[in-house]
Amino acid sequence: MSQAHASAVMLAEIQNLTPSAEPCPAGRSRPSIDGDERQAQKQPSLLQTTSEDLDLVERLRRGEESAFTWLVDRYHGSLLRLALAHVADRETAEEVVQETWLGVLEGVDRFEGRSSFRTWVFRILTNKAKTRGVRESRHVTFSDMAPLDDEPDEPAVDPSHFRSQGHWADYWSTYPQPWDERTPERVLLSQEATAWLEEAIEALPRNLRQVLIMRDVEGLDSKDICAILDITETNQRVLLHRARSRVRRALERYLEGGTTAA
Amino acid sequence: MTREEIRIYALDFLAGRLTCKEFVELLTDYLDGSMSLWTRVRFQLHLGLCRGCRHYLQHMKQTIRTLGRLPSEPPPPAIQDELLRRFRTWKQERPG
Repeated sequence: MSQAHASAVMLAEIQNLTPSAEPCPAGRSRPSIDGDERQAQKQPSLLQTTSEDLDLVERLRRGEESAFTWLVDRYHGSLLRLALAHVADRETAEEVVQETWLGVLEGVDRFEGRSSFRTWVFRILTNKAKTRGVRESRHVTFSDMAPLDDEPDEPAVDPSHFRSQGHWADYWSTYPQPWDERTPERVLLSQEATAWLEEAIEALPRNLRQVLIMRDVEGLDSKDICAILDITETNQRVLLHRARSRVRRALERYLEGGTTAA
Repeated sequence: MTREEIRIYALDFLAGRLTCKEFVELLTDYLDGSMSLWTRVRFQLHLGLCRGCRHYLQHMKQTIRTLGRLPSEPPPPAIQDELLRRFRTWKQERPG
């Protein structure tokens, strides 16, 4: 057990991309620009414990089966998506999700509502996945968890889209075209586009994928993500930026009639 | 020089040079509200003057919005049953 603990600490250090000189600030909220729309589209509110959360937890504590099935219906797919960003294969991911549900049941009496229920569940899942990673470290390649500093800078946009010389070097050579005019937003919500998007997410390196899923798909607070993954705020932002830039490029390829998302 | 270029030239003069290439790399800092005041001023000046970067910002916001709407599939019945079985065991063994 102590050996496992040591490995867990080591793993945490590997994932801690730079020395944590910069702790996450408290109370940072969602991106202000999309905040209103995001709050409206996902219920309950993502950032704080809602009375709905507390009500569910209370019903779960009383052993109400309907509360449990409701939660499983609501969160299982999200948990599986995140688990797949942590472990090597689907079978292991499904086991991690099952362990997470057991963790939820075992821990429900200790849930204090300091974070949202969603954040709490994702924290349990991440810990289960990390433990699993440590236990099976012989089979896991760590290349995905390489420190960010060792990776070459990755431009958000292909440099060929900018002018290469003259006074206007590094300005657009051709302007990006607005998506709205060519494609109404519902195109991006079609089944085909959704599959494309999932594929683009799956193609991301694990660390990018974990941050993107928690931040943009699930809407967790950035300071919670820093705490869950044990990374600094700066690293969280760099990972998120790379992930978003890649997914934007994938969607652009989709809208331009491309054939592969990754 | 096109009209657009003259406008951007004015920006260069007013706020120090912020290129489109820099702009796209600052986008996440901007959306997450973690920008110094001066950078934010330069960023917004550039945004006001550069149509390409306005479009790019829209792309990114649409990307984020679409990600936030990805559906989450409910579990297949076999897994649902298994979880329910575990729930019942948990309930039975629960003190009180």
